[in-house]
Amino acid sequence: MPPMLDKLRKVALRLLQAVPTVFGILVVCFLLTRALPGDPAAYFAGPMADAESIEEVRKSLGLDKPLPMQFVNYVGDLVQGDLGMAVSTGQPVISELARRLPASLELTLGALLVSFVIAVPLGVLAATRPNTWVDHICRFLVTAGVSLPIFFTGLALMYVFYYLLGWAPAPMGRLDMMYLPPETVTGFLTIDAIIAGEWEVLGAALAQLALPLITLALFTLAPIARMTRAAMLQTLGSDFVRTARAAGLSSRRVLITYAFRNALLPVVTTLGMVFSFLLGANVLVEKVFAWPGIGSFAVEALVVSDYAAVQGFVLSMAMLFVVLNLLIDVIYTLIDPRVGEAA
Amino acid sequence: MNVPLLDIQHLSVDFVTRKGTVRAIDDISLAVDKGETLGIVGESGSGKSVTSYAVMRILDRAGRIAGGKITYGGMPLHKAREKDMQDIRGREISMIFQNPRAALNPIRRIGQQVADVLIEHNQAIRSNAREKSIEMLKAVKIRDPEQRYSAYPFELSGGMCQRVVIAIALACRPRLLIADEPTTGLDVTTQKAVMDLIVELTREYNMSTVLITHDLGLAAAYCDRLVVMEKGKIIEANDSAELFHGPKQAYTRQLLQATPRRDSRVRDLLTPEARARAIALPEARNLGEPVLTVSNLCKQFGKPGAEGSHLAVEDLSFQIREGESLGLVGESGCGKSTTSAMIMRLLDNSSGKIEFLGEDIAPIPASKFASHPLRGKLQMVFQDPTDSLNPRWSAAQSIGDPIQRLTPKLGGKDREQRVIELAGLVGLPVHLLDRFPHQLSGGQKARVGIARAIALEPKLLILDEPTAALDVSVQAVVLNLLEDLKHRLGMSYLFISHDLNVVRLLCDRIMVMQNGVVVEEGDAGQLLDAPATDYTRTLLAAIPHPPETQGASAGETV
Amino acid sequence: MTSLSSSASQNLKGPPRTSYWQHLRHVASENPVTGLAFGLFALFVGMALFGPYLVPYDPLNTGVGPALQAPSAAHWFGTDHLGRDVFSRVVVATRLDLLISVSAVAISFVLGSIMGCFAGYFGGWTDRITGRLVDTIMAFPLFVLAMGIVAAAGNTVENIVYATAIINLPFYARMARAEVSIRRNAGFVQAARMSGNSELRVLFGHIFPNTLPPMMVQISLNMGWAILNAAGLSFIGLGVQPPSPEWGIMVAEGANFIISGEWWLVIFPGMALMLAVFTFNLIGDGLRDLVDPQRRT
Repeated sequence: MPPMLDKLRKVALRLLQAVPTVFGILVVCFLLTRALPGDPAAYFAGPMADAESIEEVRKSLGLDKPLPMQFVNYVGDLVQGDLGMAVSTGQPVISELARRLPASLELTLGALLVSFVIAVPLGVLAATRPNTWVDHICRFLVTAGVSLPIFFTGLALMYVFYYLLGWAPAPMGRLDMMYLPPETVTGFLTIDAIIAGEWEVLGAALAQLALPLITLALFTLAPIARMTRAAMLQTLGSDFVRTARAAGLSSRRVLITYAFRNALLPVVTTLGMVFSFLLGANVLVEKVFAWPGIGSFAVEALVVSDYAAVQGFVLSMAMLFVVLNLLIDVIYTLIDPRVGEAA
Repeated sequence: MNVPLLDIQHLSVDFVTRKGTVRAIDDISLAVDKGETLGIVGESGSGKSVTSYAVMRILDRAGRIAGGKITYGGMPLHKAREKDMQDIRGREISMIFQNPRAALNPIRRIGQQVADVLIEHNQAIRSNAREKSIEMLKAVKIRDPEQRYSAYPFELSGGMCQRVVIAIALACRPRLLIADEPTTGLDVTTQKAVMDLIVELTREYNMSTVLITHDLGLAAAYCDRLVVMEKGKIIEANDSAELFHGPKQAYTRQLLQATPRRDSRVRDLLTPEARARAIALPEARNLGEPVLTVSNLCKQFGKPGAEGSHLAVEDLSFQIREGESLGLVGESGCGKSTTSAMIMRLLDNSSGKIEFLGEDIAPIPASKFASHPLRGKLQMVFQDPTDSLNPRWSAAQSIGDPIQRLTPKLGGKDREQRVIELAGLVGLPVHLLDRFPHQLSGGQKARVGIARAIALEPKLLILDEPTAALDVSVQAVVLNLLEDLKHRLGMSYLFISHDLNVVRLLCDRIMVMQNGVVVEEGDAGQLLDAPATDYTRTLLAAIPHPPETQGASAGETV
Repeated sequence: MTSLSSSASQNLKGPPRTSYWQHLRHVASENPVTGLAFGLFALFVGMALFGPYLVPYDPLNTGVGPALQAPSAAHWFGTDHLGRDVFSRVVVATRLDLLISVSAVAISFVLGSIMGCFAGYFGGWTDRITGRLVDTIMAFPLFVLAMGIVAAAGNTVENIVYATAIINLPFYARMARAEVSIRRNAGFVQAARMSGNSELRVLFGHIFPNTLPPMMVQISLNMGWAILNAAGLSFIGLGVQPPSPEWGIMVAEGANFIISGEWWLVIFPGMALMLAVFTFNLIGDGLRDLVDPQRRT
């Protein structure tokens, strides 16, 4: 089989493997909607309903049918994009989520990018210079990063940079009221501002983004740096690096082509775990900084017991996570020749 | 007298560990002449590999050269800068390693790995690197080098990987090759092919070679001169033949003695003092009733016809009588381990009969055999003594476990007594009984494993490469212990090994296995002296034979 | 035979014995940070056990001092918007926070390691079912799943414990599975089978105790994570309800005052939380050194 076709086949296989995962997510989400405290029909009928109207609601929601049938209906609704109505806003949940998703993605992906760009070189440096100050800084950041409650870090940064120093703008959303948002293209304010050429708006958006982004990045820095350091230490001590050194390859080549490329594989694998933490931490950061993303939407919905909104949020986060994981696996399949071969 | 190519003077190497500084190499001096092949021989911990890392200046971070000089072609390597060393490595001095599969970058095409070296040392430019790399792959006799250029290491066999490592090492025509246990872990026929290739190429390129090995036989067969090392010091250095004929130092003599050769008997391996104390072995064999009768044994992995399924053992039949030792010999993947697992009831067979003490145990599933009354009569000694002991159990607990499980009637006091008795039987000092495996040496762990295996007085003991992980001097002691126990306790052995020289020492009869089938079977002496099949002949020819020593018993010369 | 034992004493001498305690002391003395972590751990346990009897004020009593007072001699950590003593509340909160995380970790350790052991040892359908279950849990961002579970099952402290246990379960199951399956065919396990041990006894008598050291590391690191998760959930209003003193809720209540400069409402409970997590992480790292066979020479 030609190499390109072979790669494609492996990628396709990997995509197929996501099917049972998605099914599992649907089952869990479905069960969560049925696990509402008390009688779901009574809940949806409202506090004033009598027995008869509760029965009516039960029928209209299909809650009188056997569970498997209910599940089929549930999936059917989902396929049509029906996640129910958000009681708190009176809008369909799906449109609420869609409207707020770009804000969350901008924050999350930005934080990931920043932490990746810092953590990977830091981990590599720490591994190549064990027991030097770089190594100690790396270790400190790693331990502190996993120990800091993210909502506390956010508040502490806010106190220092907003209240004490006054460097940061008031933690109210994505853009100061003084500015008009640029024309929506991607939904990412920073990118849209660049496209529109509105540099002042870009500056304002970045100023709002800075603190929540740093908070999130500090948190995700730790696992990435830790894994990079450990993976680099392992590959640097491996037999094939010794062979490369014994063959007189230059330090650069040994470090990059031989050690780093191999060390990247476990780092890419841990990215899945990092995403999991990141999407969870995102909720807390959005609440702290009143960031108008899907996380703060879910928190508001929780406060008013808007179950459809919360469950829509859980499901969409899980789907987002599946997509990100697939992306990681596809990258992995492309860079590691051993994937899918019998050992 | 010429100036030597490599000259090591009073070299010392220290390692910094948690318990302070440890001297790994202590004031050694040696030289390698142009075109010469020097062997450095020693047991584990002798410092032979560290010496070569010091020459290449690739000691890991904890190690450093504490004193002495290393001079290569007039250049002082011990104080060379890293930048200069990079030019020397691969271009002037090259090195190949043990475990070839791990020695190659797993996610880079093998051809590119050869090309990397060529480009680094300006032997090629990007446009002709591929061509030159393929040429080099051809030189190390890799078939279809054009196609193999784009292969990844995981797609090649261990022997093939070692050829690629050799190609990398020799690509820039260095003048000195250091081979650090280049064939350890490879099958004996592959070992011969790899060693012959190294000899052929180094001769063709007019190179000097340093061969580092634990195997005296291998060193003697391929080296002009030998250096024997122990605990970081050089014990003796001499021409190979002279060293073998007249070893001057006691340690060298002991090492030579312990190395099994074509005509040695098991007692010959011991030091003269130990031999004098050993019990006499009965001359005549008196074999009793059959203990084990295996007939038409088969093992199929995977469903027949399905992709990836194969017949690991095919229609195997043999018999072991009381007091008899049968050797089962073959290269890796021949089915010998599968066979032993089936007989031990650790693995269910696909078809066939296993009659043990008159009962067919083949129909009893592996998971049910634990509580069978015959369990205690059928025991095994494992390959790796470390792996075979529970790390969290003391020696006494390990030895006592089968007694507690299978003779529950025995009280705690009696069991303790029995454990002490067994320790005495295998020569394990009683005060070591409450130690944990990591507090015991390799030989002591082997004794614990043997004591556990004989705790229930088995009739048949399967020995699965029982000495493969041990140093040769420890192997000598363990083999003698096994021989003693056999006569004392009236056991039969099924001895599984890849090493014909070791099998010969203990076995009356030998079976040679290849691809799941027995290709030859016969009386040990006869089979080895006059093999009937080509395969056995190939196996025998691949064993490196050291020259005769005067100390050893006189036998026919090779 | 005597010949053999005498030759044993000359060339088969074992390394000297070191006891576990000596090793522990060695690690603690070499790495003072680990020693410090054990000290902090004792402090937190003490606070959890005796805190409520030692604090100067009733943590629920409002108006024990003027509202929103900065730290002073009378109120070490200041007072909150209802005039409650922050120091008393921070100390008393220890018990609830530790209780939630200890119970959650205990549940997930027991269930997860049993599942993982069976999956790793027997393979086949036990492995497939466990694997599917673990994969399904791991298919969610874990904190989000915990939110969904608590939201659906009801806003109580018990549900926080269950939710935290569920999201921790995969780590133990996967780890136990991996640790068991690498040992499934180890020599000592084969030897145990040959000594007449039943399959279950091989699994729980021989293999499982050997997986405990890495599991202990995991437990310790997990404790910190469990505390963070539980506090995070109460920060967004799930689980523990006011006015119960709990670090996450206290930070959430204080968050409204940070932009007006009343920092002590956030900093002290936040620091307590951080220190607790830090302690468990340090102990985890220390334990890793202790059980890591490569460092144990």
